[in-house]
Parts: sequence; C-alpha cells; structure tokens
Amino acid sequence: MLGRLLRWESVLIVLCVAVFVAGSASDGFAEQGNISFLLLDYSEVALLAFALLPIVLTGEIDLSVASTLGFCSALTGTLWDAGMSFETIVPIVILAGILLGAVNAVLVVLFGLPSLAVTIGTLGLYRGLAYVLLGDRAVTGFPENYRPLATDAIPGTFLPYATILVLVVGALIAVLVHVTTIGRSLYAIGLGAQTARFSGIRVNRIKFSLYLLSGGLAAIASLIYTLRYNSARADNANGMELVAVAAVLLGGVSIFGGRGTVLGVATALLAMAGLRNVLFLDDVSNEIQNVITGLLLILSVLVPVVFKPRRTKDVPLEPSVVDTERRTGADTGSRLRRDHQGV
Amino acid sequence: MKIAFLPKEIDNPYEVLVDKGGVNAVTELKGTGKEVGPSDASASSQVSYINTLIQQKQDAIVIAANDPNAVAPALKDAMSKGIAVVTYDSDAAPDARQIFVNQANSEEIGRSEVKMMAEQIGGSGKIAILSATPNATNQNTWIDFMKDELKKPEYKNIELVKVAYGDDDDQKSFQEAQGLLQSIPDLKGIISPTTVGISAAARYLSSSPYKGQVKLTGLGTPNQMREFVKDGTVTEFALWDPVNLGYLAGYAAAALASGQISGEKGEKFTAGKLGEYTIGDKGEIILGPPTKFNKDNIDDYDF
Repeated sequence: MLGRLLRWESVLIVLCVAVFVAGSASDGFAEQGNISFLLLDYSEVALLAFALLPIVLTGEIDLSVASTLGFCSALTGTLWDAGMSFETIVPIVILAGILLGAVNAVLVVLFGLPSLAVTIGTLGLYRGLAYVLLGDRAVTGFPENYRPLATDAIPGTFLPYATILVLVVGALIAVLVHVTTIGRSLYAIGLGAQTARFSGIRVNRIKFSLYLLSGGLAAIASLIYTLRYNSARADNANGMELVAVAAVLLGGVSIFGGRGTVLGVATALLAMAGLRNVLFLDDVSNEIQNVITGLLLILSVLVPVVFKPRRTKDVPLEPSVVDTERRTGADTGSRLRRDHQGV
Repeated sequence: MKIAFLPKEIDNPYEVLVDKGGVNAVTELKGTGKEVGPSDASASSQVSYINTLIQQKQDAIVIAANDPNAVAPALKDAMSKGIAVVTYDSDAAPDARQIFVNQANSEEIGRSEVKMMAEQIGGSGKIAILSATPNATNQNTWIDFMKDELKKPEYKNIELVKVAYGDDDDQKSFQEAQGLLQSIPDLKGIISPTTVGISAAARYLSSSPYKGQVKLTGLGTPNQMREFVKDGTVTEFALWDPVNLGYLAGYAAAALASGQISGEKGEKFTAGKLGEYTIGDKGEIILGPPTKFNKDNIDDYDF
C-alpha cells in the first residue's frame, strides 16, 4: 500500500514543483512578499483540510467546517463588540468550535446518521446561527498587538507566523495518523468499521474525538481569519469547505476512507495555493480558475481508478463490489489484500 | 500607466458598466486599464486580487469595497508601495484609500426628486412616496431631504400625503402603488427613489386608467424604464450615470498615480470630458447631479 501511496505523492510533488517553476516566469511571483501571501492565503484552508483528513480516513466527512469557522468568527465579533478582552475570547471561541463539533459527533456517532447528511445540515445551521449573532454587520478593530500573528511573516523571512501554526498542526496530525495506534485504527475503520470494531478498536470513541478536533481546528482557523482580515462577519469563509475537501481528495485521500497521507494533503495544499496565485498573477479569470481546479480534482480521483485494474487483474473492481464491501463492512480482507498487491 | 478596476463582483452588471467607463478613461490617457474581480461578493475575496495587483506593480487600484475593513490592510500595503488607491460605489476605511468617488450626494438626490416632481405636476397637488424598506438607510436619507425641500415656499401647494413601502419587492411595490392610487383619488404624483419601486409602479400605471394622469418619477435605470417613457407613463426620472462614475474614478486614479494630486482637500484636477473636479472633505469627490432620463435622451443609454 505504501508504494502506491508514494506514487501518487510523487505525482503531486512533481505537480507542485511544476507550479512553482512555471510560476517564477510570472512577474512578481518569486518575491518574498508574494510567497508569504500565498502561504498565508491558504492557512485557514490548510487547517480545515488537516481537520478533515482523519475524518475522511475513517470513511466519514465533515462539510460543516467552514460554517463552524463562520460561526466562530461571528462569535468573536459579538464578544469583542460586547467589550470582552481578546484573551478571554480565544478560549471561549475554541470551546464553541469544539461544541459545534460535538453536535456533529452526537448525530453521526451516537445516532448513527450518515455524516454527509448530518454535516450538510449543520453546514446550513451553523452559518445560519452566525447570521443570527451578527446579521449583516461586520465587527472590526481587533487588537493590533495580536493582528501581526495572523498577517505578518517572521521578520527577514517569507514564513508567516500563521503558517508556522499550520505546520505544527500538520506535524501533529501526521504523528497522530502515521505514528500512533489511533492512526492505524483510522485506516482500519475506513476499510471496515465493523471489522475494526471486532478487532477491539473503539470506533465510536475515535470518531467522536475526530469531530471535536475538527470543530476545535475550525475555531482556530476562524481566529486567524478574523484577525487576518480584521473583520468578523457571518459570511466569513463561505464555501471554504469545498476548497478543503478538494485539497484532501487531490492529496490522494480516498473519499471512502482507509487511504491517504498527510504528506499528500500538504503537497496538494501547496500546489493549489501556488496554482491559484500564478493564475491570479496571469489575470486568469475566476471561472477559468474554477475549471482548472475542477479538472485537477477529477483527475486526482480518476487516476487511481484508471490505473488500479492493471495492477490488480485478479480482483474484480466494479464499483458495486466496492460498495458491497463497504456496506457489509465485513469483507475488508480482499481490499486489504488488493492494496498490498500494489506494493 | 497601469490602472486596475476591482468591482465587488465581476458579474455585477452595474459595476461592470462603471469599470467600462474607468477603462475608457485610462485608454484616453494612453494607459492600460483592466477589470479583474471575484465571482462572489464576499468580504475577503477581494484581498487576493489586491495582492495580485500589488505584485503586478499596477500604478493605481480603483475598488468598490465589499467590506471596508477587510480590504483595508491590503490597500494600505498597496499605498505603502506607491500604488494609488481610489474607491467608488462602496468606500473602504478612509485611511486605506486616497480618494472616494461618490456617485451623488444624498442631499442633491433628495432635492432633485422634488424638483422633477414639481415640474411634472405644475407645482401643486398631492404626492406620495413609494420607498424600499422602512429602514433602508439610503432611501430614508433621501426622503428626509425631500421633506426638507418641500418646506420651501415654491412648493407650498404640494402636499406629501403618504410614504408607502414596497420593500424593494416587485410584487409588493406593485400592490402598494395600486393601493396609493385607489386610496388617494386626487393623487397627482408618486416619487419612487428605488429602482424596484419605480419600475413596479410604472408597470401598474401603464395598464391603469391613471396612465399619463398621475406622474411618476424617481430613481430607475434606462433599460427597465424605456418602454414606460416611450408609452407616456413616465415623463422623466433620474439616476447617476455609472459609466461617468467609472470615468471620473479612472481620471482621479491617474491624477493620483502621476503625482498631480495627492488626495488632499481642495486639490483640483480635470476629468476629461466631465471637466474640473475639486477634492472635498475626507478625500471625497462627488460625481455631480444625477442624470435625468426622458424620451429625448433615453435611447443614448444602455444599462
């Protein structure tokens, strides 16, 4: 399995390098200020993508991440407007994010509802609550002593403070996913929750915690977003969940769970941020940018499917078979075997 | 000279017209003008564009801000790198731009509506106002100036009998217009300072016995009012010309970028065919009186 994953990651790294090499041909790309902005502009997306990765590995999804960000931003604005100190607001907002994650967790894990349906619902619900809090208002004037943490680069370098936070979070998620036993459990759950359960993995507890983590990370992302734009609004990060999901999928994470790496997602994020920046500099219109991102995404899902049968001739790969495997959750053995044949 | 126009949203037809005027102005000055912008009008989407324009070393950025504060840090960054910043339609935080080109001042809009109505009804009779929502800031400011204008002695025979609210909803505005005409039999005219209200009222009037008898004026776009002007329902209405707004913003940006002006109060510059402008308080320039549209000139406009 590792071999095949690395193959997709190498494709991504080549793509990433290509984007940055081609980018240097555009005026103003290879400048400290621009690289810094490019990284900063994707910091919130990166946090949301890192929050999504472990959830998607277990075969679930959380589409409410950007709405959670929006709600937390609106909450930050409301509390700041009410005269609360920023030091008090930070823990409250992070707790609120975790709480929203807990609502998802209860619905998905305790009630056993499909996460896609639940989080499409909370996507609307949390965004709606953000509007209840702030309406069309925008709150501004956040403390200038904290704002540089979300806007500035470390003096003399191109590395923004916010990107360091993203790297730390990415490293922690990498340790969680690739080093710990919990990480191995995530893959096992993704390949078959039932089997995982019978193997003594506490599926529910793990899934529950992942949603709390997701809510918390979305809240942290909201603090960066709010400080970066110096503006708390209910529509902040509207639609960002799709960019984050795109990064996760482009990163080679299987939407059915059980496959994917942090390196893949991180490379995909960097490639997407670079590509977006280059397209902007070359005055490529928004519509065309969406077309390019969309095609890349389809390609990322298509390539593994197209190339898989060649390596695994002996295993039937009709989607229905995969579906059956997933529904019963019992026959993951063949999938595991198949994956290993790719090594 | 490179000047870029950044609307709230690239598909906003009004702002596309403004930017067209702006690009025309830059072309007249033998510079390169272009329009770039996000496809959603969210607060932060413009920031990526501002960064791009800074990296492209544009000489000036002309922007309609989606969020006055969210774009402020990026615009300040642009100014610190010597790029001129002009806002139009929707201002950014005043310390994040050098000039704001205002389409028209509220007082002038309010007072000119009353003048137009007085001319059309011969200076006497009952009138009503069909507004947007009861708490619409723009409309309420204009209505206050209308009421103030009506206190002048030359309007002593005009009586404002009612302010109705169509909530900027076509159906509701239509019904409110109908209600006004039926409940006030000797009504002489309606002022509707909203593009939704005026077109709904015109639609009702054009198919009612009051057509041509009860006058209708206000703020509307030539394209939505053309047929009602031609069939005699509406004599004259007004709106600022978006193309001229962009044209003025383009000239202001060029004057800033070339160092001719710095955005200080009292400075003067010439905006091509529009003539000379003086920068007012807080770096504001006002385009001028709204353009009046009637059967003689309406076909010259397409927006």
